[in-house]
Amino acid sequence: MSDYIAIKNNETILLESIPVLRYEDFLSFNTSLLSNEANHCVHYFGYPLPDKLKLICCIANDEENTILISSSEIKVELNSLPSFSAQHLAFHIFEREIHENFGVAYTDHPWLKPVRYAFDRADRNSTIGQYPFYQINSEELHEVGVGPIHAGVIEPGHFRFICNGEQILHLEIQLGYQHRGIENLFVRKKKLLQRNILAESIAGDTVAGHTTAFVNLWESLCGYTADDDLQYARTLALELERIAIHTGDLSAICTDIAYQLGSSVFGRLRTPVINFFQVWCGNRMAKGLIRAGKNHFHFSGELADQLRKLFDDFEPDYQEMWNEIKELPSALARLEKTGVVTHEQAVSIGAVGMTAKTAGIKRDIRASHPHDLYRQFNHQPIVKHHGDVYSRTQIRNEEILQSIDYIREMIKNPPDVHINRPPLSPPKPDSFTLSLTEGWRGEICHCAITNGNGELLHYKIKDPSMHNWLALALAVRNNEISDFPICNKSFDLSYCGHDL
Amino acid sequence: MNILSLILILCASLFFTGIVIRTKSILSGRKGPGIFQPLKDIWRLFRKGAVYSQTSSYIFQIAPSIYFASVLIAIFLIPVGNHPGIISFRGDFIFFAYVLALGKFFMIISAMDTGSSFSGMGASREALYSLLAEPAFFILMGSFALLTGYSSFYEIFSALHFGSSISYAVGFLAAIVLVIIALIENSRMPIDDPKTHLELTMIHEVMILDNSGFDLGLILYATNLKFAMYGALIANFFLTPGYEWYYSIPIFIGVQFVFAITVGIIESFMARFRMNHNPQYIFMLTSISILIFLGVLLILGKIA
Repeated sequence: MSDYIAIKNNETILLESIPVLRYEDFLSFNTSLLSNEANHCVHYFGYPLPDKLKLICCIANDEENTILISSSEIKVELNSLPSFSAQHLAFHIFEREIHENFGVAYTDHPWLKPVRYAFDRADRNSTIGQYPFYQINSEELHEVGVGPIHAGVIEPGHFRFICNGEQILHLEIQLGYQHRGIENLFVRKKKLLQRNILAESIAGDTVAGHTTAFVNLWESLCGYTADDDLQYARTLALELERIAIHTGDLSAICTDIAYQLGSSVFGRLRTPVINFFQVWCGNRMAKGLIRAGKNHFHFSGELADQLRKLFDDFEPDYQEMWNEIKELPSALARLEKTGVVTHEQAVSIGAVGMTAKTAGIKRDIRASHPHDLYRQFNHQPIVKHHGDVYSRTQIRNEEILQSIDYIREMIKNPPDVHINRPPLSPPKPDSFTLSLTEGWRGEICHCAITNGNGELLHYKIKDPSMHNWLALALAVRNNEISDFPICNKSFDLSYCGHDL
Repeated sequence: MNILSLILILCASLFFTGIVIRTKSILSGRKGPGIFQPLKDIWRLFRKGAVYSQTSSYIFQIAPSIYFASVLIAIFLIPVGNHPGIISFRGDFIFFAYVLALGKFFMIISAMDTGSSFSGMGASREALYSLLAEPAFFILMGSFALLTGYSSFYEIFSALHFGSSISYAVGFLAAIVLVIIALIENSRMPIDDPKTHLELTMIHEVMILDNSGFDLGLILYATNLKFAMYGALIANFFLTPGYEWYYSIPIFIGVQFVFAITVGIIESFMARFRMNHNPQYIFMLTSISILIFLGVLLILGKIA
């Protein structure tokens, strides 16, 4: 019997077809997979069986376009498990989550720091208020605590800096203030519409990303094949969202370096793009646009003309502003060589999305595990090698232009409107499905497990921020504390996507 | 008429920040608030009560008033053309620098008094940058004292005659130095971003994070006054003694306008410096001042 089962993106398999390994074999198999840079862990989670804990580990292979699934069953009372993280750091966040939720004690995990103080955590007595932050005792050093209330009143998170003068020695990030129990809500809310709306609310800036991951997963679970109209709408929404958020981020980066012209021009350019969602589906965040097995808002030829006109106006202004900023010495002085994530760091923490792509890792679901129309695009990920704030600014610029090209190509022939779509059949029983989507921030992974009646037994969500928050903490080391905001903005990670 | 300069500076302080903000708004394609909006905000603050943290002492409560008073006293020393300031004595430019430093000292210890890690950080930055800007101011004023043979603002500016091309060059450099000192002392771009909401990158703003109500109003108004005060110092370079008031007043107002618009333009079209580049930039001022000093020596014929 093989150690694993290899599946494609959005493929539903029977739960029992996942091989169950002894924990020692499970550990050595999965950690040895990661020694190949083409492999990375997309999800590793546990869910309780009557008297055991079942662990499922999903490793994606970017070259062969497969996802290798393996599992193990352990007794929670067994208090001396060796950890994956001791072998490869990329597992650290998943094992911390397993430890927090089920009380699994690892013998050699580097730092079992709580992830989000989930409501159903194993140890109810430990609260965020009494969390002991990492400390260094020295007369020379001082601590600066920022948050949980953000200076710009965005989302809550606590940042604890240990500084030597103006220089950051260590940054500890503690999140979890926004925990809403979304994964449990997915199981408790039985209606498809409720779950669809929940998926839209995972992270407000990645509505298209998370909802696409959910509907692809759900349709696969129901054995439904999305027609070209549905696939078209999802792909278009994903790319529009990428353009809108990237442009907004460029504006925010300019704000943080106090470059007023860039801040206001990019800010103005973002607005028509997100307003297009309003025209299309009645919501600027694209809520209500993507539904499993349905599309209430057909993308008509008229909308295509509007969108073409929008980009005709957008591109010259955008290009002019970008040419301005890429040659402005005072802006480059702030962006270049600030907040560097090295290739080694990005590999070791399993970074995804822009963080990985700017550190020289070619990791893009659109290319490696394509779904929807991406299968026809032959997408070439944009890869940068310096890993600094400027790389993360450049990649946004290039991805915006690339997405505009894709959209211009797509709107040449909008799909025919489909009426009388077949209804979704009920989800298959005893199944496991995994769905990967490249949101603008990076790879989004949703997993679902159904029980014998085809009811959801367990739902797992992973936002790219889960991997990348550690990249931020590493990037700011030895930088000036006054450069932290610009580093943070260049990653633009999600708080609620992490807290769930 | 000794009170003329005080009146003019007070008037300029009313519209100065408004013009800067308006310039920035227009340059970013917006309409922007009215010119008196900053003043209205200060008036709103004046009618509010202040909140004091339990951990802070009386230092925190008296510091804004001392700061405001120090700026006001410094303004008393500024002449306008023919008219000396309210106070004028030999060596008053040294008094000017240190009375401002006294106000700043109180702001710094009041920031430390709050016990907030942010305020302390801002205080250390502000102290460092003022420290670095100080030599530039003294070399500049010292050079003019040497050139004219006097040591008070009024006498120096009265005796300042621009004749040769070197002296015009010296005057131009001096205006640049004063503009940049004004930007540093008022925590404007490219040293500090007055608009930011990010505590970690602030300098002056983060020091006054704990101040509220009336105290905050005083500090903000003192900033406006300081701007107008530096504008007045710059204007003095362009006011040739002997001009009647109906010449000097329009020149004064004109210089203030140009100064405010310059600040607005600088803040619109460049990014802020990285914090560790600031000392270098500020220290550059000292080298310009030394150039002025050499220029003065040339004019006096002390060096060939």
